[in-house]
Amino acid sequence: MRIEVNGEARDIAATTLADALAELGWGGAKVATALNGAFVPATARAAQPLRDGDRIEVLAPMQGG
Amino acid sequence: MRDFYGVTLDSPLMLGTAQYPSPAVMEAAFRASGASVATVSLRRETGGGQAFWQIIKGLGLHVLPNTAGCYSAREAVTTARMAREVFETNWIKLEVIGHADTLQPDPFGLLEAAETLAAEGFQVFPYTTEDQVLAQRLVDAGCRVLMPWGAPIGSGLGLNNRYGLRMLRAAFPDIPMVVDAGLGLPSHAADAMEMGFDAVLLNTAVAQADDPVAMATAFGLAARAGRMAHGAGPMAPRDMAVPSTPVIGKAWL
Repeated sequence: MRIEVNGEARDIAATTLADALAELGWGGAKVATALNGAFVPATARAAQPLRDGDRIEVLAPMQGG
Repeated sequence: MRDFYGVTLDSPLMLGTAQYPSPAVMEAAFRASGASVATVSLRRETGGGQAFWQIIKGLGLHVLPNTAGCYSAREAVTTARMAREVFETNWIKLEVIGHADTLQPDPFGLLEAAETLAAEGFQVFPYTTEDQVLAQRLVDAGCRVLMPWGAPIGSGLGLNNRYGLRMLRAAFPDIPMVVDAGLGLPSHAADAMEMGFDAVLLNTAVAQADDPVAMATAFGLAARAGRMAHGAGPMAPRDMAVPSTPVIGKAWL
């Protein structure tokens, strides 16, 4: 299916958020996730299904003031 | 030394982690400054995030994640929830921006987000103005720290409204307060601390200096000097001169 990841269209085979992160190379990374604008805790990713057209944000620690 | 949600800070300097010439300079600046708190953000992962986090963890400081760049309460609340998970802290520097040119807080969105986050157990550090009514609302919402601005973020103008800041300090003697944003020189930091603020938070003034490590050192010293001066009980200014050398005993020449 095709989803949007951090603003870019990506075709993925995974059907859950946890599997999508692993497929996209963020399996063990320190990241936080949101699905269609709502926070999804790490503990809920495995049970979070993805649908065509979903928008996910994968955020990491970054410099800030 | 004031208590920030149960944490006593060794140094009254909180320092941002953005805009340094290199990660090595950032790290050196932090160590030179003696800062007790490092502010960080969350952004889309593009590869540098994991390495950055290792550097920050290595500093061994308190980490204060921000919601920089959020223009609505909804965005800020979601960002705060994500930050709590990644940084494993209930601390959040809550920014809800109201205007792109001044980066001044949107007081309505700020209050809405603060209420939501405080109810979820966050320990909110709201980036606010010197407005006393808003400050009271934020305290009522559960904020036990206030962070009034000195001047617009990144402007380096210092304490733009000393009267307003002085009145705010006096109105909430029991609330720890951090002057956040707009500081350009160590003298601005010392000024804020001499006025009785509990800490200062800055970034650009250090990161964009020609020599960030030297400037970080200067800010650390100034913040500590200001705090010590406030604790020492400054003299009251007066308009007329008073001789400091004894008048009695002066020779009759």
